[in-house]
Amino acid sequence: MRLTTRARLMTGGALAGVVLLLSGCSRTTIQQDTLNPAGPAARKIDGLFWPVFWIAVVVFVLVEGLLVFAAIRYRHRPGRPMPQQIHGNKRLEITWTVIPALILLGVGGFTINGIFSLARKPTGNVLNLTVTGHQWWWEVQYPSQHFTTANELHIPVGRPVYLTLRAQDVIHSFWVPRLAGKQDMEPGRINHLTIQADAPGRYLGQCAEFCGASHANMRLRVFAQNEADFQSWVAGQEQLAQAPPAATLLIVQQKGCGGCHTINGVEGFGGIIGPNLTHFGSRTTFAGSTFPNNEVNLTNWLKNPPGVKPGADMPNLNLTPDEIKALVAYLEGNK
Amino acid sequence: MALTVDERLEELWEEEPGLGSVLSTVDHKSIGKHYIYTAFAFFLAGGVEALLMRTQLARPDLHLIGPEAFNELFSMHGITMIFFFVTPMLFGFGNYFVPLLIGARDMAFPRLNAFGYWIFLFAGLFMYSSFLIGRAPNDGWFNYVTLSNHQFTPALNIDYYTLGLVFLGISTTVGSINFIVTILKLRAPGMSLNRMPLFVWAILATSFSVVFALPSLTMANVMLELDRRAGFNFFNVAKGGDAILWQHLFWIFGHPDVYIIFLPAVGIVSSIVPVFSRRKIIGYLWLALATMTTAIIGFGVWVHHMFATGLPTLSMAFFSAASMLITIPSAIQIFAWLATIIAGKPVFKTPFLFVLGFLFVFVIGGVTGVMFAAVPFDQQITDSYFVVAHFHYVLFGGAVFPIFAAIYYWVPKMWGHLLHEGLGKLSFWLIFVGFNLTFFPMHILGLLGMPRRIYTYHAGLGWDGYNLAASIGSSVLALGILVVLVNFLLYGLRRGAPAGPDPWGGDSLEWATSSPPPAYNFVEIPKVQGTEPLWDQPELRDIGFRARDVEMTLAEGHDTMGTTVVDAEPESVLTMPEATYTPIVTAFGISVVFVGFLTLLLPIIVLGGVIAIGGMMAWLRPKELPE
Repeated sequence: MRLTTRARLMTGGALAGVVLLLSGCSRTTIQQDTLNPAGPAARKIDGLFWPVFWIAVVVFVLVEGLLVFAAIRYRHRPGRPMPQQIHGNKRLEITWTVIPALILLGVGGFTINGIFSLARKPTGNVLNLTVTGHQWWWEVQYPSQHFTTANELHIPVGRPVYLTLRAQDVIHSFWVPRLAGKQDMEPGRINHLTIQADAPGRYLGQCAEFCGASHANMRLRVFAQNEADFQSWVAGQEQLAQAPPAATLLIVQQKGCGGCHTINGVEGFGGIIGPNLTHFGSRTTFAGSTFPNNEVNLTNWLKNPPGVKPGADMPNLNLTPDEIKALVAYLEGNK
Repeated sequence: MALTVDERLEELWEEEPGLGSVLSTVDHKSIGKHYIYTAFAFFLAGGVEALLMRTQLARPDLHLIGPEAFNELFSMHGITMIFFFVTPMLFGFGNYFVPLLIGARDMAFPRLNAFGYWIFLFAGLFMYSSFLIGRAPNDGWFNYVTLSNHQFTPALNIDYYTLGLVFLGISTTVGSINFIVTILKLRAPGMSLNRMPLFVWAILATSFSVVFALPSLTMANVMLELDRRAGFNFFNVAKGGDAILWQHLFWIFGHPDVYIIFLPAVGIVSSIVPVFSRRKIIGYLWLALATMTTAIIGFGVWVHHMFATGLPTLSMAFFSAASMLITIPSAIQIFAWLATIIAGKPVFKTPFLFVLGFLFVFVIGGVTGVMFAAVPFDQQITDSYFVVAHFHYVLFGGAVFPIFAAIYYWVPKMWGHLLHEGLGKLSFWLIFVGFNLTFFPMHILGLLGMPRRIYTYHAGLGWDGYNLAASIGSSVLALGILVVLVNFLLYGLRRGAPAGPDPWGGDSLEWATSSPPPAYNFVEIPKVQGTEPLWDQPELRDIGFRARDVEMTLAEGHDTMGTTVVDAEPESVLTMPEATYTPIVTAFGISVVFVGFLTLLLPIIVLGGVIAIGGMMAWLRPKELPE
């Protein structure tokens, strides 16, 4: 019970922090910005980008400058004779072949170094997570800690997190730009990606491989926390959920919620088609991180899921307002 | 009464005017115009789709167009622009101008040429008919499995895609084979390979690429259709199939296709640069070699579309290196054009402006292209709006700007009227500004983390302003395209000043005949001695209408000249077929077969088969031999 309270406080703190960040609304805090790396992998890529970018700028300025200059400076004016009709200059032709080749050789060296260093499996105090893409939400498993959550990853600051990426139905792609490049999630295959955050904060991401009707509504969040905060969050998640009141239990049994959803510690909830709802109330968003998690949004969702999220698999269960109220109270109460 | 040579040729080659001739023509110039009209209509359709998307994305969280419609729009936009606009448009110019540029009277297989056009038209109508039942392809032009397999997209959307592209592939394949044979066998005497105009080189390279690349796409689509309709499991992971296999098959076609689109456009640029720089092109040999090299290396870089799929590091390193290598021939081409401009005296007419616009835009697409070869960075920006920006710089910049240049350059030849220069310049600036306003901000959107193919986005991610700019830019761009259309309809077709045979002082053979050219192209087949025949051989300047050497007029029958592959030495006199309905009938029969496959109705398949085979039998029936 004490732990649950702590988790609640912590979530409240996180929410307050989010509000603060939002009100500050600065580039550095909330965006999916690839140019604002917040971890070693993203920084490595950023470090490759800038030299290539400056080479590109130089090439651009030289070539376009030459083009504009030549077109204007040498344009035909009335009375001028026709130009000399020679066919080429071998030395010039070789020069303009060799120079690009040398530039590319340099870029190629950095690239190959980057490929191998990013592919290296992390060592040391590694956290292993398994993330599975579904149409259109993310299943997040903490295998060593024995719990499963959805759409929001919590990771400890400064520790490498080794992701095992899978897909349940179609191809998705895991992308949190401030932490790392993207990695596809493919049915029938297992891919890996290492992410790591330098500082506590909220990092946004989004599915990057077209995956059907609600591809745009498949977002995710990574919360990086200090080790102590992370451990207390883990401890909260490891708890079993509180059981619903008898009346609520009757509704969920009638509507068959447990056929798709799991709630750890509640009998009849063992479904694996939809997200695991244990500690649903501790999440900041739901439905592929499409909606902020609050009573209004959850009420609208339960009225008609495909109506608010196109293509959603969860059907309209024709719940009465009272039933919805009971379910919202129960789910939001499970922090 | 004795006829003059040109009257005799007129009698032999002229087709009856009227609707019948539209449907039965085998004249490469009529077919070329058919291609250009049809492709432009598809261009407008794809443009409307783009404008609808940009409207939906103008502001965050808009609900003008739902995701289902949006997904159909971006899928059909890509399919239309790539398969039904750019390639057919360039094939249209190729059809019209390759025979003229090489001094021939028609393509090698005129009926096959007509057949290819009709298949293209019917395949386009087939694909677009999907909108009528509200089931247009909706999984992107790349159509990745497993999403496109029957488990996840069970409706007909994807069957339109697979069958439509297999269907269209017939047209592209026969068209390419026709180009290859025409270019290798019908060149005017003396036009050895090393004297071929660079546009002809480009069409040759493209045609070979099509022949080798397209089977991979066709195969992938047949396999997917078997998965969807016949219980096969090539791509069904649950039954041991593989989802990545589709991506390999698709991109083994898809990347060479980028060069299939780009190379003919490059050929157009190489034709226009020297004429308006008023000097011979610098580095002819390098340009010809770069064209062929690009076509070949283009087959070794497909994996750079798949750097985020989790491939082994070594293969990523290999394909990264190959992808960087392919920028070298492009760089060579750009430097050769620049050198030609520097060493020339450029004249700023509209076609040349569009070429300069191409160079400007394409260089940006080129430098961002190198960034994609840098694999770790690619993993950050692939499937983001940065890619959307990049490939529009490469494809709109690399192909559509040259297509507009070609319209302004060649329409006077094709219809006999000069386009309005003021409207031309206006259209250039609208298109140039509109294009950059639309697509440059997309680079930044990608870097700010906006993924492709999303129908909406939340506010607060820093994307709003850039999206609005892009949407405004798309309207400016559309306006520019409208001005081109108006210019063509008003001035190109009737009001424009008469073009005369050679309005630009051109260097190649199409300018040696009247505008528009007569059905037989040239009264006399020219004898070519260099790469710029009209500049080097003044005697060729009126070869389109005046005969000096009766031997070379081939006025005995419906004939053109066959020459040897490398040196173009006269080898044979080839009798060409006359106008006939057999190609359109055969193509129609094949269309019916595809409708049968779509609806899975055996009687329709059989009916279509009977029509197609009947048409082919009439086509292949030998003419009675003279006594």
